[in-house]
Amino acid sequence: MTQTYPSVVVAKQHNAILIHSLDEAAVQAGLSIGLPLANARAICPELTVFDADEVADRKTLEDIADWCDRFTPLVALDPPYGLFLDITGCAHLFGGERALLQIVSSALSHRGFAVSAAIASTSICARTLTRQTSGKIIAEGEEAEAVSPLPVSALGAGDAITAGLRRAGLKTIGDVASRAPHEITARFGAPFTTLLQQALGQGDAPISPRKPPPDYIVEKRFPDPVATDTVIAMNLSALAQMLVTAMDKQGKGARRLEASFFRTDGAVRTISVDTGRPVTKAEVIDRLFRERLDALNDPLDPGFGFDLIRLSASRTEIVVQQQRDLDANVHDNDELSALIDRIAARIGGKRVVVHLPENTHIPERAVLSVPAQHHLAAAAQAAWPERIEGEPPLRPLRLFEKPEPIKVPFATVPDGPPHQFTWRRVTHAVVRVEGPERIAMEWWKQNGDGPTRDYFRIEDEAGLRFWIFRDGLYESESADAEGEPASIRWFVHGLFA
Amino acid sequence: MSTARTSTLASLRGSIERLEAHGDAHDLNKITLGHKAADAVLHGGLALATVHEVFAEGHQSATATGFIAGLAGRVSPRQPLVWVRQDFSEIESGALSMSGLAELGLDPRLLVTVRATDTDAALRTAADALACDALGAVVLEVWGQARQLDLVASRKLTLAAAASGVTALLLRVAAEPRPSTAETRWIVRAAHSPPSAPWSAWGAPVFDAQLVRNRHGPVGRWIMEWNCDECLFSEPSAYPQPLAATPAHRPHQAQAFAGQRRAS
Repeated sequence: MTQTYPSVVVAKQHNAILIHSLDEAAVQAGLSIGLPLANARAICPELTVFDADEVADRKTLEDIADWCDRFTPLVALDPPYGLFLDITGCAHLFGGERALLQIVSSALSHRGFAVSAAIASTSICARTLTRQTSGKIIAEGEEAEAVSPLPVSALGAGDAITAGLRRAGLKTIGDVASRAPHEITARFGAPFTTLLQQALGQGDAPISPRKPPPDYIVEKRFPDPVATDTVIAMNLSALAQMLVTAMDKQGKGARRLEASFFRTDGAVRTISVDTGRPVTKAEVIDRLFRERLDALNDPLDPGFGFDLIRLSASRTEIVVQQQRDLDANVHDNDELSALIDRIAARIGGKRVVVHLPENTHIPERAVLSVPAQHHLAAAAQAAWPERIEGEPPLRPLRLFEKPEPIKVPFATVPDGPPHQFTWRRVTHAVVRVEGPERIAMEWWKQNGDGPTRDYFRIEDEAGLRFWIFRDGLYESESADAEGEPASIRWFVHGLFA
Repeated sequence: MSTARTSTLASLRGSIERLEAHGDAHDLNKITLGHKAADAVLHGGLALATVHEVFAEGHQSATATGFIAGLAGRVSPRQPLVWVRQDFSEIESGALSMSGLAELGLDPRLLVTVRATDTDAALRTAADALACDALGAVVLEVWGQARQLDLVASRKLTLAAAASGVTALLLRVAAEPRPSTAETRWIVRAAHSPPSAPWSAWGAPVFDAQLVRNRHGPVGRWIMEWNCDECLFSEPSAYPQPLAATPAHRPHQAQAFAGQRRAS
């Protein structure tokens, strides 16, 4: 038989290495949380020591919370070790409160966690109970009776208050509750009084769930886990149909959809899809998810199979039913936004853009590219500057995001256009020039100041047309601190057709 | 000729006709380009609901962009336009400027840009977009010799375009023409602005457009000017039509694709 040594997890607190948590064997050896590691080694030399990893702890807690999503949409974290589940209206789905408590405790114990769970009408009361015993269910109105015999440390009010209470001779919660509230408040502060009242079932503290509850949820549980793509896709379509039926009754359409896949081993994968306008058709939902699942970088890994698939509409909107037969335009817009949704589901919403004019004369800032899903209507009504009849294009068709430097050997007139320039290692001789068009920076804005630019339209000997500029006015702006003319920099900013 | 041989020939002709869905050029809907000589060669203009390819060398990307924007403007002046491009082409030849597009006479409000990461994603997105009949045209901009854009991919685009009635325009910068199912294929270079008085406005887009493939007619080469006000191609007045000779100082450009013309 192999000897198992007590194991502890240590963390550095106040410049000392203290025990952060420990196992059953370590408790029996006489160790406790908060004991310095050196003392612990003195008590029990054969000690297995691990370093605490708070990030991993947090991650584990989040993963457990993901898993708990299958019981209720309202799951809140209570770091470092606790979870609140609001099971109002959910317990009957799992055969009652007792059965639900049993399912949660045994499933987590199976995975190797030490579980202490309780059900009560307020979250703080339930938490207080779990600190002492596990598996209690307290009916409404019996909270005070249940928590009274518990020690004050179960309240979790902090070391200073717990020590203070003990020094005052108040050992149990019942002792504290028997004092007048104003005495307690005067000595330990109002937050503690509130905490105490909540533990006694007088007033509830709201929990803050990790995710807002979705507007509509449909889900399907599988007695035998499903793993093949076809079955998963089939069930997703069936769920989409159910979701649409549910939303249709209230005239709603989904703007954001989430599909959660619960694996038998506890891992949960959630995939979400945004849409540009409310979706009311099951086929559309089905298609969007197919696109999304197809394009995932790390494909859905069923492992040993999924035992629960859930589809929820986390954002919905009221749909106005339109008569579409006669108005072809409405139909076209719908088609276009459906197409944009599909492309966005595949390659990401930020990669499908429409363009809005910006109120500035700086060429590179004149256009704002915004996601098409959300701004399609705004883009269709944007007011672009009118073009001047009879004028050739004055702005290039292709604009470099960052102007590219070019080499200009000399200019005949100091502030005139160049006669030739070298861009991307090719020398172009200038045949025609138009300019300068002087564009000053927006000096009235913060960080808007910069050298004035003189833009020239250039045509070279091959007929290529460029938009080039000199950075800074000649001899006034393009001078260094001593007043010497600095080297003049030229850039190509765009290309005309 | 034996009967068996005749019937084999007939059935082969039948299957070829079926393969070429648009057997007859007159079946297609056409839109005039505005350039008379080019329209005559194309039997009335650019065929809608088909694939058209525009090739250009790397440094001619803006010219080719202007040409394809012109084609898109002709094909769908009122309907939405989806422009699919790779991230790389924006770095290489600059982003499509909306003010520049507006000055060509096109409407930036109708433009939806898709920024695909790579050729595969761009191709797939373009095929998706081609299936949507609410669009007027889809522009697919691919930089360089893309292995993925083979005969199969081009056939898929052609079928999708024919089914929905949306015109596909392929902008191939820095690529060599390869066999494809495109209706027309153009090689575009920049041409000089016509000579004019120093004080008069110059700079309207002028293209040296060479039609190197035309499924239903002859090929040709023209100098075209894009008329920004009327949104159509036209003959620049100062150039003799048809083009007698390329200007003497740019023979190396005229020869650029000479060796590849037979590739179609």
